[in-house]
Amino acid sequence: MRELHVKEIENAVREMCISSNYNLPEDVYKKLSESKNTEESEIGRDILENIIKNADLAKENRVPICQDTGMATLFIELGQEVFLTGGDFEDAVNEGVRKGYEEGYLRKSIVRDPLLRDNTGDNTPAVIHLKIVPGDRVKIVVAPKGFGSENMSRIKMLKPSDGMKGVEDFVIQAVSEAGPNPCPPIFVGVGIGGTFEKVAETAKRALLRNVDDCNPDPSLAEMEKRLLLKINDLGIGPQGLGGRTTAIAVKVETYPTHIAGLPAAVAINCHATRHEERIL
Amino acid sequence: MRSIKKIEMPLTYEKVKGLKAGDMVEITGVIYTGRDSAHKRMVQALEKGDEMPFELEDSIIYYVGPAPAKPGAVIGSAGPTTSYRMDDLTIPLIETGLRGMIGKGTRSKKVIDSMVRHGAVYFAAIGGAGALIANSIKEAEVVAYGDLGTEAVRRLRVEGFPAVVAIDSYGGNIYDTEREKYKR
Repeated sequence: MRELHVKEIENAVREMCISSNYNLPEDVYKKLSESKNTEESEIGRDILENIIKNADLAKENRVPICQDTGMATLFIELGQEVFLTGGDFEDAVNEGVRKGYEEGYLRKSIVRDPLLRDNTGDNTPAVIHLKIVPGDRVKIVVAPKGFGSENMSRIKMLKPSDGMKGVEDFVIQAVSEAGPNPCPPIFVGVGIGGTFEKVAETAKRALLRNVDDCNPDPSLAEMEKRLLLKINDLGIGPQGLGGRTTAIAVKVETYPTHIAGLPAAVAINCHATRHEERIL
Repeated sequence: MRSIKKIEMPLTYEKVKGLKAGDMVEITGVIYTGRDSAHKRMVQALEKGDEMPFELEDSIIYYVGPAPAKPGAVIGSAGPTTSYRMDDLTIPLIETGLRGMIGKGTRSKKVIDSMVRHGAVYFAAIGGAGALIANSIKEAEVVAYGDLGTEAVRRLRVEGFPAVVAIDSYGGNIYDTEREKYKR
């Protein structure tokens, strides 16, 4: 058993809220820079150049890459041999978010009641996905995600007979309809299987993968490649103003499902795909 | 390099008519911010005959909810938000004289029809380039609905604000035409 004061969780969350909003992950930055060289559209190249310039500026001046600093979404793996002391776990996470968004001059985008829409003023509460795992460590991933792209994410409960083609058609349809809205070039997470709520989380988790990796299952790796080509053939391009760079990556993740179902989810992230990980 | 058209505020009907979809522009002068909640309030104010937070005639509304300004800065990151959410609340403003909008993403047919009828233009700024765009904002002041926080209406003085004419007052729309060019 290892004791861990919740203040350490709070501090890590606070720091990561700030740094993840200021610093674009290396792999995403590199991919965007490369796509500038292959983009056929002049306006597309100009946009990509400005996106890179913006990321440099944000890092240098320590300001948010995008004014939409998101609803703080955390994926936390808590080792079962960790004994948390000093207070409530969820309170500590939210306190970290509160302090991070205040100290980092990040935007407070959360409304308390989705219908009455009064701003909570401190960007809490966060959305927390908690998993209990073996060991005595705590892994925290902070993934702030703007709602321009969140609004374009989709779920569909397909039939088993729809198969892989059905899933691919659904993904292409979702990206095509999203068009310019999610701030392309986008990062696409696809979840297949599980239940209604599980598939959405699976798609969301896919967004945390490295731009350049591929699914270890060869047929899913092929599917990722195929989807990326098909998406870039839509012509949407950077910011939807036309071009060959609509997505920089497609990541597919699966989970076992029921004999009667084939749930599918498409989580779309903007070009500022932000996430940071820390192990305590 | 394509040439850049300089636009000085106010944005008159004549200036709007000289803009074509695809033109790169730099806007200088006073513009106002407004997004979801501010639009709802402005339209309610119009319906009730209440005073508007600013003179709509020949104005530009920038769809943005900026990040807070760091000490010494005018404003925090301030890139555009997605425009379709304002579609249902835009027509009464265009009918009252609103001449330009800055956002990202395409607009509904109803909004475009109203833009053509009244002579208005829609500019796209680069979504997710908020740190860069903030450099062109020289002054920012909340002028209405301060209780909305980031969604309050702000008066901005901008210099060389970079944008592209996405939909012009003739109905030309580069979201449609450009996408078609790169489709395979």
